[in-house]
Amino acid sequence: MAEVEFRAVTRHYPDGVSALKGLDLTIADGEFLVLVGPSGCGKSTALRLLAGLDQPTTGEILIGGKRVNKLPPGRRDIAMVFQNYALYPHMTVHRNLAYGLRQRGTPKAEANQRVRDTSRLLEIDELLDRKPGQLSGGQRQRVAMGRALVRRPQAFLLDEPLSNLDAKLRNQVRGDLKRLHREVPVTSIYVTHDQVEAMTLGDRLCVMSNGEVQQIGSTDDIYNRPANTFVAAFMGSPPMNLIPAVVRDGMLHVGGAAVTAATTPPGPVIVGARPEHLHLHRGFVEGSVPARVDFVEPLGSHTLVTAIVDGRTHERAAIGGQRVTVYAPAGTDLSPSTPVGITLPAKQTYFFDAASGVALSGTASRAIAS
Amino acid sequence: MTPVPVAPLDAAIDEVDTHPDDEPIAPPPRRLGIPFSPWHLVLIPITFLLLVPLLWMLITSLQTSAETQKFPPQLLPSQPRWHNYVDAWQAAPFGQFFLNSAMVTFVVLASNLVVCSLAGYAFARVKFLGRGALFVVLMATLMVPFQVTMIPVFLIVKWFGDNVWEGLGIDHLGALMLPNLATAFGIFFLRQFFQTVPVELEEAARVDGTSRLGLLFKIVLPLSLPALSTLAALTVLNSWNDFLWPLIVITSTDQMTVPLGMSYFQGAHVVQWPLLMAANVMSLLPMLLVFVVAQRYFVQSVASTGVKG
Repeated sequence: MAEVEFRAVTRHYPDGVSALKGLDLTIADGEFLVLVGPSGCGKSTALRLLAGLDQPTTGEILIGGKRVNKLPPGRRDIAMVFQNYALYPHMTVHRNLAYGLRQRGTPKAEANQRVRDTSRLLEIDELLDRKPGQLSGGQRQRVAMGRALVRRPQAFLLDEPLSNLDAKLRNQVRGDLKRLHREVPVTSIYVTHDQVEAMTLGDRLCVMSNGEVQQIGSTDDIYNRPANTFVAAFMGSPPMNLIPAVVRDGMLHVGGAAVTAATTPPGPVIVGARPEHLHLHRGFVEGSVPARVDFVEPLGSHTLVTAIVDGRTHERAAIGGQRVTVYAPAGTDLSPSTPVGITLPAKQTYFFDAASGVALSGTASRAIAS
Repeated sequence: MTPVPVAPLDAAIDEVDTHPDDEPIAPPPRRLGIPFSPWHLVLIPITFLLLVPLLWMLITSLQTSAETQKFPPQLLPSQPRWHNYVDAWQAAPFGQFFLNSAMVTFVVLASNLVVCSLAGYAFARVKFLGRGALFVVLMATLMVPFQVTMIPVFLIVKWFGDNVWEGLGIDHLGALMLPNLATAFGIFFLRQFFQTVPVELEEAARVDGTSRLGLLFKIVLPLSLPALSTLAALTVLNSWNDFLWPLIVITSTDQMTVPLGMSYFQGAHVVQWPLLMAANVMSLLPMLLVFVVAQRYFVQSVASTGVKG
């Protein structure tokens, strides 16, 4: 087990694409860090650089305080779980697990013992004589985990290990992974584009986009204190509503209505609010954002109402057709075009710079004078 | 004791068995109403055409010389002359010919598998300067007919014999091996197959601590058995049947291979057809054996089962 560190790591490809534009990241010993972002954001590149399957253009990578830039993958003492598992098809499960140990010269008896221990831990001891082709998707996934685990590496690298499982199995394996990390607390770096996996698994999350880190923090930080509009919109399902608005004369104007008092400097801003924090009223209410229902999605426990913000004044161009999603109680039935008012919550309203998308320091609670 | 009411239960099961819901499982009706695929009407005559020369060879090998000269040809020998085989075997040192052919074929086969694997893997996976250009040149050599290169190759082999080791020179078995130790086709063929082996398997093995050569021998080659077997079969076939090159470089009887040895029965004016065909049948047997053994690899393909598609 060891600390893993990226120091100003970049990766530029000869064709001019920059997959990673300066990554600075320290993963503590035993920590479970999730790299999350849309495809092409550089998260897999970061993992491959750490594994040694690719070389950084500049910067340093350290494992356990030791610079590993020049070390081949086999000598970095890391183990990797691949998205498609990459089990050796011509070897039995037992040989798949023992392969890495034998490559490192572990004596046969000890290797066999460790394979038995690991297979018991993962409940694959019944499958040791089978070949990967005879296993189900979930079993292959566990064998792939076992192949990494049996080596007792300094760090675990997991590249979207759940994306080939069906939804039900994915939830189950997610729980297994969490339990496993509690039992074997190896430094783990987990790459995913699934924000649910990211939020449920990670001690800390690193949200990436376009080869740059957008925010690093706990699930709570990322969800409740997003650093910018990208993080706000990427994390959470359905995502945070982001509505263009204007602060004028100390008042926040959305959709032509003066909604609430605001302490942020005058000018255009982007207001963010999560669907579960918004309140929906039938008809226009003083201090609410005027909107019209677009469609309603009943989900059993609650109903998701999507409305289009009215733009009756000169702000129309900026917010024309702006959609807002609101959680409403189960059984809410509104026909399309019904006028509604949406009230912003006092505490969980976020303000972002209209140009850069960066969160404004005037936080919601201070910005709203009630 | 009351009897168990079996009959009604059976009836119930019967009813379930013939339930209309089962009908979609039945095979769909054939469109033409014939008990075989229409393709057979094409394939069976073609197969027959391909078999005729073999059959004729077999028949001729059991006939007398006089019978082979008849017109129209006599399709069945009046009395099969099995002794033709003994005569053919004794007419020339066929034991030596078989030994020579086997040695040449074995060395060429072993060398092809090793060298073409290494080269094919390099072309498939190792990034080096000029890889693309080199591969184009290699491919280009496939388009040059042997008749164009045989004189330069003869001179090269002669040079090796004069300057490196006599055993490689003209009129030695080494001369039959040297130009065939690796083939452009073999390299191309294996490269194409290696490229289909999922690269993640190699990456996983690299993370597991495998060296570059280890990747080839422990991961890629075991997954390429179908390709290796195919290449082996083709190489054995080519090497065993090669006639033109041995004809050019071999003159001594004790260095001759089987195809060359057959020319014993071809005089300037007379061809001993029954003996030639008997020798032919004998030289064919090892090849038949190779196909019987290697055939199961042609249908086997394991390369992609470890990676979920």
